[in-house]
Amino acid sequence: MDVGIIRDDEIDLLLNDIVETYGYDFIEYSRASLKRRINRLFTIDKFPSFAELRYRIKTDKEYLKRFVEEITVNVTEMFRDPHFYQELRNKILPALGTYPFIRIWHAGCSTGEEVYSMAILLKEANLLHKSLLYATDINPRVLEFARKALFPLSQMKQYSENYIRSGGKNDFSSYYSANYSLAKFNDELKAKIIFSTHNLVSDRSFNEFQLIVCRNVLIYFDRELQAKVFRLFDDSLEHLGYLALGAKETLRFSSIAPKYKQLGREKIWRKIG
Amino acid sequence: MTAVAATQVIVIGGSAGSLDVILKVLPDIRLNKHTAIIIVLHRKSSDDSPLVELLSYKTTLPVKEAEEKDLICGQCIYVAPSDYHLLIERDHTFSVDFSEKVNYSRPSIDITFQAAAEIYGENTIAILLSGANSDGTSGLQEVQRYQGKTVIQDPRTAEVSYMPQYALNNLTPDEILADDQIADYINRQQQA
Ligand SMILES: C[S@@+](CC[C@H](N)C(=O)[O-])C[C@H]1O[C@@H](n2cnc3c(N)ncnc32)[C@H](O)[C@@H]1O
Repeated sequence: MDVGIIRDDEIDLLLNDIVETYGYDFIEYSRASLKRRINRLFTIDKFPSFAELRYRIKTDKEYLKRFVEEITVNVTEMFRDPHFYQELRNKILPALGTYPFIRIWHAGCSTGEEVYSMAILLKEANLLHKSLLYATDINPRVLEFARKALFPLSQMKQYSENYIRSGGKNDFSSYYSANYSLAKFNDELKAKIIFSTHNLVSDRSFNEFQLIVCRNVLIYFDRELQAKVFRLFDDSLEHLGYLALGAKETLRFSSIAPKYKQLGREKIWRKIG
Repeated sequence: MTAVAATQVIVIGGSAGSLDVILKVLPDIRLNKHTAIIIVLHRKSSDDSPLVELLSYKTTLPVKEAEEKDLICGQCIYVAPSDYHLLIERDHTFSVDFSEKVNYSRPSIDITFQAAAEIYGENTIAILLSGANSDGTSGLQEVQRYQGKTVIQDPRTAEVSYMPQYALNNLTPDEILADDQIADYINRQQQA
C-alpha cells in the first residue's frame, strides 16, 4: 500500500478542475479520506504522473464517472447496527403510523441495503402500503445497483443475524429468492421506493418528510458542509419529524441543534422547535 | 489546565492477545501535555463504551473514544471506534471512515499508523503488539519513511506472535520490546 504520492496542493488543483468542469464539488469533503482514495485510484489505474491523472479527469467524462464512484465510499449493509433498527421498529415507526401517509428520505443510500431494510420494517409494521421512500445518492451507478434489488447471497447469513438482532421475527429468507450467487429481494419492497440522484452539496430540498435517514455520509464532510446539509435536512423535515444519523455522527455541534431533541442512545433526533 | 493540541502521537496497534498488554502497561504510562496516545484495537463487539470504560480503570489520564472532528490533544488517550477506520486531518482532528476493510480489519492499524505518520512525521511513534493478522506491517514501514519511530512487541512475549513476527520479517524496527518494557519506553520518549 504505497499511498501519499499525490500531494495536498495537487488535490486542491484536481478538486478545482472538477468543480469548474463538471460541477461536482468535493472541496469541502474531509481531506484525509479523499486523499487516501485518490491515491488508491492513482495506483490502481497506474497513472505515470499526477499531470496525467489531472488531464484525464479534465478531458474524459467517462473517467470522471469512475473517479466519482471510486472516491466516494459505498460500503453498506442491511440492518447494520441492529439496535438502530430496533429503535426504529419499536419507537419511530409506531409514531409514524399515526400519519395517513408516510414519506421517508434515505440520503446517501448507496446500493440500497439500508432502504430495503427500512421497507422490510415498514412491511412488518403494516405501514408499507401507505409509505413512500425516496432513496438518493450522488452516484448514479450505485442507484442502478439499488434498483435491481440484487445482493450477494453470501451476505445473507450476516444480514439475517442482523435482522433477528433488530427484533425481526420472520424468516429473513422469505424476503428474497436465491438466484445463483445472488439474492433478489421481493418486488413488493421495491414498489414503494423511488431512486434518484441527488447531490447533498448542491441540490435543494425537494419534499417534506417525516423521517430523514442519512447515515455514514456526513463523516466525509467538513464542518461547514455538515452545517449546510443539516440546514437542508431541517428545511426538508416536518415539525415533529425525525432525523437519523450514523453511529459516529452527531447533530450536537450544529446550528439547528436547539430545535432537536435526541431520543435515547441511538442517533435519532426529533424536530421539536 | 487547558488541553493543547498534541505535537507528538504514540499509536498503539493490537489484535488478538493485545488487550492484556494494554491493560498491563496503562497504569505505568505518563503523558506530558504535548503527547497523545491513540489505540487501535481489532475487536468483535461494535459497542465501544465498555472498552473505553475498561481502559479508564487503569489510568488517571482521560480515555476517550476518538470522535470525528475532535482535536487531538496532549495528555489524552484515544481509542479508535470499532468498525470504522480512524484517519487524521491536517488540522490535527480525527476523521472516521467506513470504507472497505483492510487486512480483514476495520479499524485497520495500517491506516492509522500511516495517517499519523503523514501528519506528525518524525514525531510519530508506532507500537505494534500481539495479533494473528498481518495488519500493521505496512503502516510501520510508512512511519519509517516519515522518520518516525517504530516499536514491535517481542513475539516471544506476545500471546499471539504472528502479527509482530510478520512485521519483524519485513522491517527492522527501532525497538523490539518485551511487554513489560513498553510503559518505560513510552515515558522516556516524550519531549520535555
Ligand atoms: C458509506 S455510504 C453510506 C451508505 C448507507 N447510508 C450506510 O450507512 O450503510 C456513503 C454514501 O454517500 C454517498 N455520497 C457521498 N457524497 C454525497 C453527496 N454529496 N450527495 C449524496 N450522496 C453522497 C456516496 O455515494 C455513498 O453511497
